[in-house]
Amino acid sequence: MNLIKVNNLNLSIHEKEILKGLSFEGKAGEILGIIGESGSGKSMTANSIIKLLPFGSSLTGEIIFQNRNLLETSEEEMCTIRGRDIGFIFQEPMTALNPLKTIGEQVSEVIRIHKKINKYDALNSAATILDRVGLPQTDFPSTRYPFELSGGQRQRVVIAMAIAIKPKLIIADEPSTALDVTTQAKLIKLLKKLVFEDNICLIMITHDLSVIADMADKIIIMRNGVIVERGKINILKNGLKNDYSKNLLKASNYKSKKLKKKISNQTLLKVDNISRHYSDNSFRFFGEKKVFKAVKNVSFSINYNEYVGLVGESGCGKSTITRAILGLDPIIDGKIILEGDEIKAYNVTNNIRKKLQVVFQDPYGSFNPRHNVLKLISEPLYLEQSQISDYEKLNLVKELLEHVGLNAEDHKKFIHEFSGGQRQRIAIARSLILRPKLIILDEAVSALDVSIRAQILDLLVELSESYGLSYLFISHDLSLVKSITSRVLVMKSGQIVESGNTKDIFNSPSHAYTKSLIASSPNLESSLRKLS
Amino acid sequence: MMPLLKNKNLSNLSFSFWVGSICVLFVFLLAIVSFFWTPYDVTSLEISNRFKTPSYNHFLGTDHFGRDILSMIMVGTQTSIAVAMVAVGIGILFGLPLGLIAAAKRGTFFDDLVMRFNDLIFAFPALIIAILITAVLGPGAFNAIIAIGIFNIPVFARVARGAALTQWSKEYILAAQVSGKGTILISIEHIIPNILNLLIVQATIQFSLGILAEAALSYVGLGAQPPIPSLGRMLADSQTMISIAPHMAIFPGLFIVITVLGLNLMGDGLRDYFDPKLKVSNS
Repeated sequence: MNLIKVNNLNLSIHEKEILKGLSFEGKAGEILGIIGESGSGKSMTANSIIKLLPFGSSLTGEIIFQNRNLLETSEEEMCTIRGRDIGFIFQEPMTALNPLKTIGEQVSEVIRIHKKINKYDALNSAATILDRVGLPQTDFPSTRYPFELSGGQRQRVVIAMAIAIKPKLIIADEPSTALDVTTQAKLIKLLKKLVFEDNICLIMITHDLSVIADMADKIIIMRNGVIVERGKINILKNGLKNDYSKNLLKASNYKSKKLKKKISNQTLLKVDNISRHYSDNSFRFFGEKKVFKAVKNVSFSINYNEYVGLVGESGCGKSTITRAILGLDPIIDGKIILEGDEIKAYNVTNNIRKKLQVVFQDPYGSFNPRHNVLKLISEPLYLEQSQISDYEKLNLVKELLEHVGLNAEDHKKFIHEFSGGQRQRIAIARSLILRPKLIILDEAVSALDVSIRAQILDLLVELSESYGLSYLFISHDLSLVKSITSRVLVMKSGQIVESGNTKDIFNSPSHAYTKSLIASSPNLESSLRKLS
Repeated sequence: MMPLLKNKNLSNLSFSFWVGSICVLFVFLLAIVSFFWTPYDVTSLEISNRFKTPSYNHFLGTDHFGRDILSMIMVGTQTSIAVAMVAVGIGILFGLPLGLIAAAKRGTFFDDLVMRFNDLIFAFPALIIAILITAVLGPGAFNAIIAIGIFNIPVFARVARGAALTQWSKEYILAAQVSGKGTILISIEHIIPNILNLLIVQATIQFSLGILAEAALSYVGLGAQPPIPSLGRMLADSQTMISIAPHMAIFPGLFIVITVLGLNLMGDGLRDYFDPKLKVSNS
């Protein structure tokens, strides 16, 4: 008996087709994974089921939920279904909660809307539900406000709101994407437990195959609003028929090309025992200033042609190190030496600057929207004191655009005309124009879809061969670091807790933190192995 | 301004923007025409012709000295616009660099110094101080410009600093720093083009406030001095005669309203146009 059955669902928004002929079904106690890259229509599928769609949308087809066609249900009736029968978990726990209400109030609000009980009883049952999602009253009283909780704890509150009335169906739209790996692992465990205990049907929407491989019973792979692949989870092992889904799996299981050039023994960059403290800037009459130690006695080095990974969760001090190496932030102790020259904050000579470039995470924020691509890519040429003619500049930019896999004539365009992956290619072109020795990749591929991520990583390997580059990969994504780097540094609360050969660390981590990090990071290979 | 409007659909501009800009255009045209031609000479008195109501010869009537009111209004708007424009110019000229430097040196002593000094200026009621300044330096259009201009400085400094701060936190600024560009170059090349929309909106609003302030100053006799006509003094002159010649008060007043309303509508329209948060997405 199907709990939900979607039949030939079509959605168009302002005459633009978003979803085309979707059909799938879900049973109680089952986890259905919907996988797709950005723009595939997976979130719109979720929003169609609860009929929360933007203006100008028209929906045709059938959504049979508990023997009732939701498309023919009035908005008032939908209000009673949402929350009571269908729970929803959002991607962004930072914005899904009202910052002015306590967590107890928010959960009890859901209960009071659907059950006619008084405030006191509702608060009490909210407390038991919060307890169930792992926020016990002793540690997290329901009088707490969202800002007093971490991202993972907030997402637990969102889950508590979704399960408060024991719905039969829960839709989770990328519930763990915004969270650190260890938190993500715990949340997925919790969701699986709730599905099992309450006999819920969970529709899990994600872009990450490795997350879904470990939990779903059935999967659907979507592309451009169409289902391209469907079946039991074990089709991931070797039952995929569609080329797109095969590529997606391959890209998720990315293995970098092997480096032909040998890693040299000579040190390119040496970071020697650096520390950075941030002090509370406000003036106070009494008491000592609060000091936050972002980086504590960190040392490492990078050799020529070497790829080094720096791994850690958010807030561990990764970005501070980037800024320190770039000479944008003063360090209070220690030295950073690049090819024998010390990098001093605010006082970096052009000679050092030329050897050092950076690619940032956000493909949208790292370009001035008012400049064209020619101007964007040639910006670092400012460091060349000798004047370069506009003609030379143009030729250089055209050549680089072709090197990074774009069209040479793209130099006239503005940045908003490019997709996320193309923007990252432009960022790489910008970092290459001075032929640097070291490029820092600060989460440079984290915001990209897996198939595009694989292309960019391939490009980076190719470029490092032809340009003789070293990379410092800064990332929270272990599988990425594992696939491409030869040496890895694991960072926690401003300190490097473990470092060494990538293979050795992943096979036999010695520090407890590294162990937990590796254990909790979703591993597609091992989950696939477990599938029958 | 060109890259600002590039790839934006001008039909997204609201109806109120077009109404506002038509009003403003009309007033500007009158002011420009008055440089070359006015129906009558504004300095020639013709007592026999005084208190004439609107007619074919005198389109908006004449005042108590027999001067043509339309000619006076034309020259008067010219003064108002010149005063307001230069005052806004002073505000941008000093306020923008101050705001940009404060944003570039955010969190430092200089930032605090600039912003607290701004607060200090804001703490005084602007018009009263403007009256004080013109009273001390002597009445006249030039001193009115200075008095109004000084109060524009902190407004632009604040807007520029606030907008620049959000730009400084973006990664493309970091990329420019890695390219070795200094604070000043980054401010000019990257910050200004990206905060220009806010500055334009603020400038239109300050412009309309400047026109009001000029009218108020000349109303109390501290603006442009006779025989140069000004809208504010025309109102002041007419108030004792409002029962015999109401047109003397109505037309200059109407012109102030049209100018200020037009500028405000234009400012609102531009703000809606530039702020994507207020726009309903039609994709």
